[in-house]
Amino acid sequence: MYGQSQSYERIGGDLVLCLSGGFHLAPNVRGPYDVETSVPKMRGIGAMEVVGEIGVLSRSDFQRIFDNLSSKGYRIVGPIVRDGAVVWDTIRRVADLPIGWHDHQEAGRYRLEQTGSKEIFGVVHGPQSLKPFAFTPREPLVQIERSKDGFTTRSTLPPSEKVAIIGARACDLAGLAIQDQIFLQGEYQDPYYATRREGLFIIAVNCTRALQTCFCASMDTGPCAKNGFDLALTEVDDQLLIEAGSEAGSDLLSALSLSPASQGLTREAAARGVACAQSQVRRLDRTRLPQALHEAHEHPRWDNVAARCMACANCTMVCPTCFCHKVEETPDLTRQNSEHSRLWDSCFTQEHGYIHGKNIRPTIKDRYRMWVTHKLASWIDQFGTSGCVGCGRCITWCPVGIDLTEEVSALLKSSEQRSTSSRPQEAPGR
Amino acid sequence: MERGNTGKERLRLAVFKFASCDGCQLSILNLEDELLALGQALDIVYFPEVSSKMNPGPYDIALVEGSITTEEDAHRIQSVREQAKVLITIGACATAGGIQALRNWADVESFKQVVYPSPHYIQSLKTSTPTSEHVHVDFELWGCPIDKGQLLRVITDLLAGVHPRLPAESVCLECKRHENVCVMVAKGLACLGPVTRAGCGAICPSMGRDCYGCFGPTEGARKGPGLPPNTASLASYFHDGLHLIPVEVLRRFRGINGYADAFKQESERWELEKENVKGET
Repeated sequence: MYGQSQSYERIGGDLVLCLSGGFHLAPNVRGPYDVETSVPKMRGIGAMEVVGEIGVLSRSDFQRIFDNLSSKGYRIVGPIVRDGAVVWDTIRRVADLPIGWHDHQEAGRYRLEQTGSKEIFGVVHGPQSLKPFAFTPREPLVQIERSKDGFTTRSTLPPSEKVAIIGARACDLAGLAIQDQIFLQGEYQDPYYATRREGLFIIAVNCTRALQTCFCASMDTGPCAKNGFDLALTEVDDQLLIEAGSEAGSDLLSALSLSPASQGLTREAAARGVACAQSQVRRLDRTRLPQALHEAHEHPRWDNVAARCMACANCTMVCPTCFCHKVEETPDLTRQNSEHSRLWDSCFTQEHGYIHGKNIRPTIKDRYRMWVTHKLASWIDQFGTSGCVGCGRCITWCPVGIDLTEEVSALLKSSEQRSTSSRPQEAPGR
Repeated sequence: MERGNTGKERLRLAVFKFASCDGCQLSILNLEDELLALGQALDIVYFPEVSSKMNPGPYDIALVEGSITTEEDAHRIQSVREQAKVLITIGACATAGGIQALRNWADVESFKQVVYPSPHYIQSLKTSTPTSEHVHVDFELWGCPIDKGQLLRVITDLLAGVHPRLPAESVCLECKRHENVCVMVAKGLACLGPVTRAGCGAICPSMGRDCYGCFGPTEGARKGPGLPPNTASLASYFHDGLHLIPVEVLRRFRGINGYADAFKQESERWELEKENVKGET
């Protein structure tokens, strides 16, 4: 999918967002979709405007997409109910999807409920984003073998595999776009990530139901998929509206030879997206970021949150954009062979802050501040975009229910008062 | 400590047992696939559980299982230390006093009276204490039982002359790397994972149950306020968020590693809380 970037042209003009995009943004801050990555930017919800390009499929015919993907050699992955949540797994039939289930998420709590409806995509998301597909929790990198005069190495690049993911959400796509930027952009591309990423065919689902923890509307990443997908679905009662976002998606769409969605149905789909955005109860005010968070470095709120934070790293593990990793050596007892592998790491571990004889982030306060400041402020300085996509996973999957939006709001509130009062003293020096 | 891989130069390994169930020693024997290689890489010279041939020291590596619960053992551990270049504790008992350390909050004399017909034959200390309270310990392997892979790794590192690195991070990292669903968030189980050190491979949450802290508290090089483990936050959440009553919170922390510093302090805080509740009612 990526790698066709040179031939791609941005289609800025005909992007019609289901939200008035950009109004939360500080000047010079781009949304994650605006990042220049080697993954082609694709037309997204804008296509909603173009009646005729949106096909419609009844729920009972959804299996046709499965069959088509299977015939093209794709392994199909979708959300399934397991251990009290939805997780990604290989599926074969529509019936494998969590039909009728709804997820209820709040700070530190996740529960599923069977509503008895025929809704296919009633569950918004589980703990996993798209992150594990390309940036796997453990990636063997190199096999090392001792030889007579030293050692030999063998790269363990994963085999390329065609994987079709059904049910990615807008926040997941935004997260993947950021991961693409990190692993694929610039001088050094990560071949392990690239190999896995290349095989992905992504079928997004536009959200029509917001969770208590969702705040993608305020991050301009959702609830409708904008780009980065091959196909995007909107479930409207017993109809599925389908639009293509890539050439591969278009091919599949034309193979299905669907009847075009009526203007009324398309309007209804768009309206549900807007209603979903409006129903979001959490938001993150980005207007004064990154600066305000840098200025809040000595804010007393950090001590307050550090008393609750356990530095357990769950927030970073479920975050779709957190990319920290460590490289580990696993030798065997004979010391003839060793495996060099990459593991998910977190800025909340003690090892992460250890640099040449000193731990630069010994306390929980240091670590939480590092994470939030990087995610929401220095990420912008570093990558030109926010590191947060508003999926709310860090809120739900924090075992003690620490709410990022609440912490940030507290951090920004009094820092404003403080910065106004301290300005006169600072001014002459600058 | 690097030595040749074969022949006369093999490192001498000894395994000692104190108050314990022998489960950690069995973990060594359970290294089925690697056992022969281990026997070739090391000279196993003292391991009474396995062989009646008990060679005298000095030893390059001494693995110590079990806690100190008798006067005799308190002397014996000194002699083990004197004979060992590297002393490694294996398991919760040797590292933190084990489940038998529950006696440290109770009256051992009364136990003796209840259990034994002739209690005067029992010679036992009032406490069960970890090895580190008696002698210097070089490396601590936590767990009930230990993770055999971790033991193998430490031995491999020592053979290679490398300082073994043991994880200090939380179980949650291992759990999430396995892509498990969090049992605390999705099921409301009082899981000790967030304050428990990794190394087990998140066995219990992988089986859908809560971690009970058998790998002991997460800890770094430093201890003190503001540093992990934040047991106070987890305990408060067990009480306020998951509605455990104080004695249940106390019991979560006073388990297999109840005598490990952080868990000990936390359970004692809830001992007071429990008394307060009693006082109110």
